[in-house]
This record gives sequence, structure tokens and C-alpha cells, in this order.
Amino acid sequence: MTMWLIVIIASLACLALKLAGYLVPETFLERPAPSRIAGLLTVALLSALIGVQTFATGSHISVDARLPALVVAAILFAFKVPFVLVVIAAAATAALIRLAWGG
Amino acid sequence: MAAPRSPEDTAAIRKGLAVGLSAAAYGVSYGALAVTAGLDVWQTCVMSLLMFTGGSQFALVGVIATGGVAAGPAAIASAAILGIRNGVYGIRVAPIIGKGRWRRFAAAWVTIDETTAVATTQPTESSQRWGFWITGLSVFVGWNVTSLVGALIGNSLGDVRAYGLDAAAAAAFLGLLWPRLRQLQTIAVAAAAAVIAIAVTPVLIPGLPVLVAGTVAIVVGAFNWFGKPGRSATHTQQTEGGDAS
Repeated sequence: MTMWLIVIIASLACLALKLAGYLVPETFLERPAPSRIAGLLTVALLSALIGVQTFATGSHISVDARLPALVVAAILFAFKVPFVLVVIAAAATAALIRLAWGG
Repeated sequence: MAAPRSPEDTAAIRKGLAVGLSAAAYGVSYGALAVTAGLDVWQTCVMSLLMFTGGSQFALVGVIATGGVAAGPAAIASAAILGIRNGVYGIRVAPIIGKGRWRRFAAAWVTIDETTAVATTQPTESSQRWGFWITGLSVFVGWNVTSLVGALIGNSLGDVRAYGLDAAAAAAFLGLLWPRLRQLQTIAVAAAAAVIAIAVTPVLIPGLPVLVAGTVAIVVGAFNWFGKPGRSATHTQQTEGGDAS
């Protein structure tokens, strides 16, 4: 599988899901379970991605400069700092720690 | 739409432009992370044009970053699963959009967190329509332009770890997740999913841990554990504002 194939298949899948929504009757949402699961899937995947991005190095678990960077991000989001500034602050935190400790 | 605009319409247009501006701002981080993960500038831009849903784009890039091209199927699955909610939004906003094949096609393309949030929180039918289309247009233009800028910046950096860009990815996901952590049910699912994904990382190929963690949502959602009776997570989410695409 090439990178282009991954990009095209995933893009078309996401576009198809958007279009599908316009074909489904509104009454579908009156059943609570499907829409609840759809909402929770988003939460679960985002949270799992945070975990993997913070602790995984290939198939190994390691604690490094990414963890303090995530903690900084959480504190800033709690204070409603804009998205971009938080992302920059998190990157800067990790970069400075690596600069100081040579990680 | 050519009729004289009411104050509600003007407010919806302002809101749409503001949301577009903030989405544009984080297009830069997507672009930089995408080329960092191994996509080229073209692939990065095609995703923003065609997929056009930030959560899925960040997810695909995140899985590729940990597993490379070999994790392709998991990357596609992660992007698609995060894209399901756009389908749910489509069901909700379709009545606002009205009839017409091409109009609905264009509307579907830009049916994401931001457009749904702005459209469904406007008071009148006309302002809902203005809110939807102005948000869609401004986010589309802003997101695509800044994705390209981010990709070019990311390309010009050498060792991305030295700039902390790997840590920026987790922070970006946290920013998408943060506005959803309002109820016990979503917090419980988020915590369990993260723990499971980390726990199975040493034993599964990269990309799969994220998908395995997704089953938490199916189980908790099906039985409505930690939930309030009759309330759906999706419904509260979409009225909370456009903080994430």
C-alpha cells in the first residue's frame, strides 16, 4: 500500500460518510444508541491517539519530553488559551527539555 | 439569499468568519505534522481538499507517524471512524440546506464540527443557512491555504523532534478532545480508551491500539454506562461550539 493510496482511500471514505448523512432520514437519530456511539467513538479515538502519541515509540512505551509537553497543553486548555498557542507552547516545552537534557 | 439581511443573518456571518479564522490558524499545525509523519506536500494538501475534516486528518497523520505506510489500513480505519460523526451532522443539517442535488453535495463536503455548530445555534432559518455556508466557505479556504503553509514550513525543518513537533501532535488531539469532556460518560470513555491504547501498544502492530481502544465507545454507548437516560453524547456535542473540525 502506497502513501497515495492511503490518502485517496481515506479521503474518499470520509467524503462518502458526509454524503451518506444526507441520505439518512432524520428519524434515525430518534434512536439514541447509534448517535451516542458515534459521539463516543470520536472521544475514544482522540483519547487513544493522545495516549499513543505521548507514550509510544514504535512498539515501546517510554516516558520522555512529550509527557510534560502534554501536561502544559492540558493546563493551557483549561485556561481557554487558543488552540494554536497551546500547540506552540507544547512543542516549545518538549524542545526546551530536549535542549536542556540532550534527549 | 439575495434578500436584505436581518441582524440575525449578519451575526451568523460574523460568527462564521471568526470560526473560519481560528480553524485556519491550526491548519498550519496539521500541515507541519503531516510532512513530519512522512506525507509529501501534495498528499498533505489533497487530504485538506478532499477529506476536509481535521480530526480524521490528524488521526491519519498520527497513525502514519507511529507505524509508517505499513500501518496504512489502520490509518484509513481511524480516519473513517472519526469521520462517522460528520454523517450524523449531515442528518441534522440536511433540513437547513434544503433540496437540490448539487447544493446538497457541496453542503455535504463542508459538513463538519464547525459548520454544524454555527448553523444549529442560529435563531432563524435564514441565519442558519447563512451561518452554514459562510462558515463552510471560510473554513474551507482558510484550512486549505494554511495546510499548504504548514507543509512548506514542516518541510524546511530538519530534525522535527528538536522542535518538539512530535509533542505538538498530542497537544493538537487534546485540543480536539477538550470541549467534549463535559459529561461523566465521555470522560470515562476517554480515560479508558487512553489506558487501553497504551496497554496494548507493546503487543500489537502500530495503528491497531487506537482501533482496539475504540471498542470502549461501542460497549459503553450500547449499554449507556455512566450516561443520563435519553441523552445522546452527539447532541450535546454539536451545540457546544466549533472548537474542532
